[in-house]
Amino acid sequence: MITVCYIGLSICCFLCLYRIGRGPTAPDRTVAIDILGIVVVGFCGLMSLATGKDFYFVIALAWAVLSWIGTMALAKFLEGRGFDE
Amino acid sequence: MSEIIGYILIIVGVLFDIFGCIGLVRFPDVYNRLQASTKCVTLGTILLLLGVAVISGISASAAKAIICAVFILVTSPTAAHAIAKGAHASGVKLWDKSVVDKYAEEKTMENSE
Repeated sequence: MITVCYIGLSICCFLCLYRIGRGPTAPDRTVAIDILGIVVVGFCGLMSLATGKDFYFVIALAWAVLSWIGTMALAKFLEGRGFDE
Repeated sequence: MSEIIGYILIIVGVLFDIFGCIGLVRFPDVYNRLQASTKCVTLGTILLLLGVAVISGISASAAKAIICAVFILVTSPTAAHAIAKGAHASGVKLWDKSVVDKYAEEKTMENSE
């Protein structure tokens, strides 16, 4: 059962990586980075369930905080910059 | 009993994650991608963490899972709004078949006044 969930979340990660590599504009990549961070938090929760260890949730919380701060910084960076399209 | 409920929550959450990431790949526009992926993936990950909390019962890991879920519930919409505003300010065009752009209309009205 948990293996199926691992495979599903891995598919999510690869779709996000596809969008990070392919995305035509910078906001596309920023969205994909945000989504990848949230998916990895879910992955850490699933690993905690599979192994019975507790510390994976600490990793998940730290990852969520860092992903959020990075996304906000990238969004503010985008706001102050113009594209010549 | 609680294991069955927890696994149902986890599977529904993973399905929401997959649908959100398919939307991230398939939609044509930054704003459509943001709309599709942020909501679906937030709900899916919160359901997954609640499923883990239900399976582990009353324990420290359940409390940590609920803290993670609340944190994601608070931070994900803020990040989405910031990205949308940044994308609009940096001049990313809307899709050709988009119908309305209220934010640009509001900006032009403020500038004319």
